[in-house]
Amino acid sequence: MKPGAFQKIYCRLTNITKATCTLEAEGVGYEEMAYVQGRAAQVVKIAGNKVTLQIFEGTEGLRNDAEIIFTGKTPMLPLSEHMNGRFFDAFGQPIDGLIAVEGRAYPIGGPSVNPVRRKQPSELIATGIAGIDLNNTLVSGQKIPFFTDPDQPYNQVLALIALRAKVDKIILGGMGLTRDDYLFFKNTFEQGYGESKIIGFINTTDKSPVERLLIPDMALAAAEHFAVEKNEKVLVLLTDMTQYANALSIVANRMDQIPSKDSMPGSLYSDLSKIYEKAVQFPDGGNITILAVTTLSGGDITHAVPDNTGYITEGQLFLRRSPEVNKVIIDPFRSLSRLKQLVIGKVTRKDHPQVMNAAIRLYADAANSKTKLENGFELSDYDRRVLLFAEDYSRNILAIDVKLETNEMLDETWKLFGKYMTEDEAGMKQEFVDLYWNVKQIV
Amino acid sequence: MENNLIISKGKVIAIVGNLVEAVADGPLIQNGICFFLHNGKEIMGEVIKTQGNKAYAQVFETTRGFRTGIEVFFSGHMLEVSLGPGMLTRNYDGLQNDLDKMEGMFLEPGARTFPLDKESVWPFTPLAETGQKVIAGDWLGEVPEYHVQHKIMAPFKLEGEYKLSWIAEKGEHKITDIVARLTNDEGEEIEVNMIQTWPVKLPITVYREKRRPGTLFETGIRVIDTMNPILEGGTGFIPGPFGSGKTVLQHALAKQAAADVVIIAACGERANEVVEIFTEFPHLDDPRTGRKLVERTVIIANTSNMPVAAREASVYTAMTIAEYYRAMGLKTLLLADSTSRWAQALREMSNRMEELPGPDAFPMDLSAIIANYYSRAGFTVQNNGKSGSITFIGTVSPAGGNLLEPVTEATKKVARCFFALSQNRADSKRYPAIDPIESYSKYLEYDEYISFAKQEIDENWIEKIDFVKNFMISGQEINEQINILGDDGVPVEYHETFWKAELIDFAILQQDAFDDIDCNTPPDRQRYMMDKVIKIVQTDFGFDDFNRVRNFFKRVINLFKQMNYSEFNSEKFSAYENELDQIINLKTVEV
Ligand SMILES: Nc1ncnc2c1ncn2[C@@H]1O[C@H](COP(=O)(O)OP(=O)(O)O)[C@@H](O)[C@H]1O
Ligand SMILES: [Mg+2]
Repeated sequence: MKPGAFQKIYCRLTNITKATCTLEAEGVGYEEMAYVQGRAAQVVKIAGNKVTLQIFEGTEGLRNDAEIIFTGKTPMLPLSEHMNGRFFDAFGQPIDGLIAVEGRAYPIGGPSVNPVRRKQPSELIATGIAGIDLNNTLVSGQKIPFFTDPDQPYNQVLALIALRAKVDKIILGGMGLTRDDYLFFKNTFEQGYGESKIIGFINTTDKSPVERLLIPDMALAAAEHFAVEKNEKVLVLLTDMTQYANALSIVANRMDQIPSKDSMPGSLYSDLSKIYEKAVQFPDGGNITILAVTTLSGGDITHAVPDNTGYITEGQLFLRRSPEVNKVIIDPFRSLSRLKQLVIGKVTRKDHPQVMNAAIRLYADAANSKTKLENGFELSDYDRRVLLFAEDYSRNILAIDVKLETNEMLDETWKLFGKYMTEDEAGMKQEFVDLYWNVKQIV
Repeated sequence: MENNLIISKGKVIAIVGNLVEAVADGPLIQNGICFFLHNGKEIMGEVIKTQGNKAYAQVFETTRGFRTGIEVFFSGHMLEVSLGPGMLTRNYDGLQNDLDKMEGMFLEPGARTFPLDKESVWPFTPLAETGQKVIAGDWLGEVPEYHVQHKIMAPFKLEGEYKLSWIAEKGEHKITDIVARLTNDEGEEIEVNMIQTWPVKLPITVYREKRRPGTLFETGIRVIDTMNPILEGGTGFIPGPFGSGKTVLQHALAKQAAADVVIIAACGERANEVVEIFTEFPHLDDPRTGRKLVERTVIIANTSNMPVAAREASVYTAMTIAEYYRAMGLKTLLLADSTSRWAQALREMSNRMEELPGPDAFPMDLSAIIANYYSRAGFTVQNNGKSGSITFIGTVSPAGGNLLEPVTEATKKVARCFFALSQNRADSKRYPAIDPIESYSKYLEYDEYISFAKQEIDENWIEKIDFVKNFMISGQEINEQINILGDDGVPVEYHETFWKAELIDFAILQQDAFDDIDCNTPPDRQRYMMDKVIKIVQTDFGFDDFNRVRNFFKRVINLFKQMNYSEFNSEKFSAYENELDQIINLKTVEV
C-alpha cells in the first residue's frame, strides 16, 4: 500500500494490545481505514490527539515503530459484474487465485433504507423442504437464521436451499469457516450451475477472527449494490454469525468495555440488527434475503447471541436430528417464520395455515404422549395414534431429504390426518375439512 | 439550526461510537440539543453530561468521518417536537422527522424534515371569546383533522393567566397564521398560531386533575377485556421471549382498540413490522367509526437499524404527541414496541460514558426512568371539565426470556396490567400466548372498575372472572397430576376438570389474530360466550371413562371454535350453537 497525496504517515505507536494499537495523530476521521505495518486497521476511538486503531489481522509481531498510513477513507468495496463466480477475503481481495476485480468503490456499512420506502415482502421462496415451505415459509426480503448445534449439517442445508431458490444472485459471507467448508461451498456451487451467480466473502479459521467483522458489511454492500442498481433478487448466506459475535466480544474486551450477558458487548443487539436489517424488499423489484446460521452451544437459545438474534430476525429455523426417525428435521417447535402469514393461504392454498397449525398441535400432543410413555404410563388409544401420526409426519414430510411441492405437502398432511385422527381431533375450519378430508382415500 | 437559539460554540475533542466530547466557549444546557458541522451537514446531538466547559453529547446519527476540531453549535433548548394539526396518518422517525418527506431510498446523515405541513389550509372555528381568561392548554379554537376536532390550545409553555385579546373568526388558516393574541396584566402580548413546541422529556401537565381509571378500555381481545381488563388511562405491559406474539398483539390492539387516536412507537424493532402497518392501515377500517385506520394513527418509527440515541428519543416523542391529543379531550392509545430496546439504548450510552453500571450493566437509575415514563399515561380532566386519556401498553423483551431481569422488574412495579406471554403457549400455538395464570390486571381490584362492571357488563361479572381464573388454576394442577400419576392414576372427575379448563382456554382465551371475525370480539359477544362456557363448566356430566371425556370435550371445543370463526348470531353461528346445545343436552339427559 503506497501513500497517496493526502494520506498521512506516522511511525510511532504508543500502545499495543492484542487487537488494537494507539498513536498520536492529527486530522484523522472516525472509522477511517489505515494500514499499520501493511495490516488493515480502522479507527475505533479518538481522544484528543490519541487515535486507537483496531487491527483486523491481529497485532502479533507488530513493531512500535511501524509505519502507519491513514487512507482518509472509511471502508470501501469495489463492485462490478465481474465479481460473479469469485471468492474474496474480508478486505475484498481475491482468494481464488484469480486477478483482483476492478470496479467503482462503494462504502460498506452505509445508511439504512428509509422504512417508508420499503415494500412489504410478498414473494414466496420455495425450497422443497416442508420444515420451511409448509411450516415456516420463507419470503424474499426476509432475514432468518438457522439455530443449530455445531454437529448438524447446517452448511449443507444452506447450500441446498441456495441452489433451489429462484434468485438472481447468491452472496456467501463465511465467518470462521473451515477451509473444508469453504471448498465445499465453492465446489457445490460450481457443480450446481450456481457458479455464475455466486459471490463469496470468506474469512477462514486460519485468518484472524477480527477480520470477520468486515464480512457481513462486505457481503451486504455487494447485495445492496445488485439489488438497488440492477433490481436483482439477492440471497445472502451468513455462516456462522456466532463466530462473528465472538469476534465482537474479543474487540469489546480489548477496548475495556463493560460486558453484558455472556461476555458480549452491551451493543450486541444494535450491532446484529445493523446487519440483519439490510434484508429488504425494494419497490423496484430488487430484494435482499438473508439466510444465516447461528450455532448454539448445547442447544442453549438463551445465550446472548441466539437470544438477541431471535429478537432481530424474522423467525428462526431449528435444525435438529429427530431421534424417532433418525433424520435431520426443522423442528416444528420453536421454529418460526414471521413473514409466513404474508404468503400462506394467500399465495399458497387456502387451507395452508390451518393444516400447518393442526399438524403442529398434534405433533405437540405426541410429545406429551411420549413423555407419558417414558414415564411408564399406559398409553390411551389417542396417545398411540398421535405418536404414529408424529412419526409419519417426521419421516415423510418433515425430513430434510424429502423434496415436495407445497401442495403435495398439504395433501400428504391431510392423508395423515385422515389416517390417524378424527375430524374433531384435527379441529380445523369446517370448510376445509369438507374440501380435503377425503384426500386420504386417494392413497 | 436556528441561529438565534445558539448559546455557545465549541470544538470536538474526542469520539467513541456515537459519544462525542467537545469543549464549549459558553454556557451549556443539560439535555440541550447541539449540531455538529460535518461535510457541510448539521448532524444533531444531545448533551448528556457536562463537566466544566466540556460537553459529552450523544449523536443522533452516525459519527463516521467525524474529526477532532470540527465545529459544534449548542442550542438553548432540549429536544422538542412540533405539535399541530396534521400529525394523524404521518410516519415520523424518533426525532419527529417526517419520513415521507425525506428524499431518496436511504436515510442520509443530516437529513431533516419538518413534521407538519405549512402549506395546507385548515377551517378554523373559534371556541373562546375575547376578554376570556386563558391559561396554558385552554381550548381557543378547533380545526377538523379527519374524525378528530383538533383543538388549538393556548401554548403549553404559557406561564400564569392571560386574557384573550383577539381571536380569529371562523375561516381558513395555515398553521403558521396567527389565530389568537393573549395579553397579561403586565401588558405582555403573545401571538398564537397553530403550532406548539414542547420538550419531549417533560410531561405536558395542562390538566386540572389526574383520576384513577374506572372504565373498560375495549380491545376486542377476549383474554384482555374479559380476563385481564385494561382501563381508559391505564397502563399495561407485555413481556415475552422472541416469537411469543408481542408485536402481533400490539398490532391487534392498534387495529381494534376503542381509541380516538393511536400512537405507535416502533422502538428499535424490525422495519418490516412498520412496513406492515404502512401497508395495511390505509386499507383497514376502524371497527367503530368505519374510517380508515390510518386516519387515527401516528407512527414513530425508529427501527433497530436507525440510530441508537434517537431510539431513546422515540418513546418520548410518542408520549408527547399522545399527551397533546389527550389535552384535546381524546381517548389516546399509546403503544411502544419494545421498551427494552429503549433501555438498551440507555445502557449503550451509559457504558460508553463509563458510568458505574447497575444490574446487567443497565444504568443505575433505569427503574426511576421507566417509572417516570409510565407515570405520564393516565386519565385526565382538563380545565374545562372535559376528560381525556392515554392508555399505555409497552412490550418488554427480556433477555433469554427470563422475567427476572431489570427491565421487566422495573416495569412490573409501575404497570398495572401484566400480560405475560408464555413460551409454552406460543410453542403449542395457543395464541395469544398470554399466560392465564401468571397474568393479571390490578384494575380488577379497583372499586371504580368493580362498580363499572356491575352496571355496564353484568351484575356478577367480577365473580365470573374469579371463577374462571380459579378454574384455570385447578385445570393446571390436575394436568400436572395426570402427568405424574397417569390417566388411570386419577379419578375420572379430574379429567373432566382438566378438559373444562381446556374448554375455557380454547373458547375464550385463544383467539386467532389473523381471522377476520375471530380477531375482534365486541363486549356483548364476549359476555355471551363467557356465560355459555361457564354454564358448561358448571354442569356435572358424570363421565365414567376418561377417553369419553376427551372425545366429548374435543367435540365441544371444536364447535366453539367454529362459532368463534362465524359472525355473531349469523345462521352459521346459530347452526353450530344448536349442534352444541344438542350434544350438551343429550349428555346431561344421558346421566
Ligand atoms: N395471536 C396470534 N395468532 C396467530 N399467530 C400468532 C399470534 N401471535 C403470534 N403469532 C405468530 O407468532 C409469530 C411471532 O409473533 P410476534 O408478535 O412477532 O412475536 P414477538 O414480537 O413476541 O417476537 C407471528 O409471526 C405469528 O406467526
Ligand atoms: Mg416483536
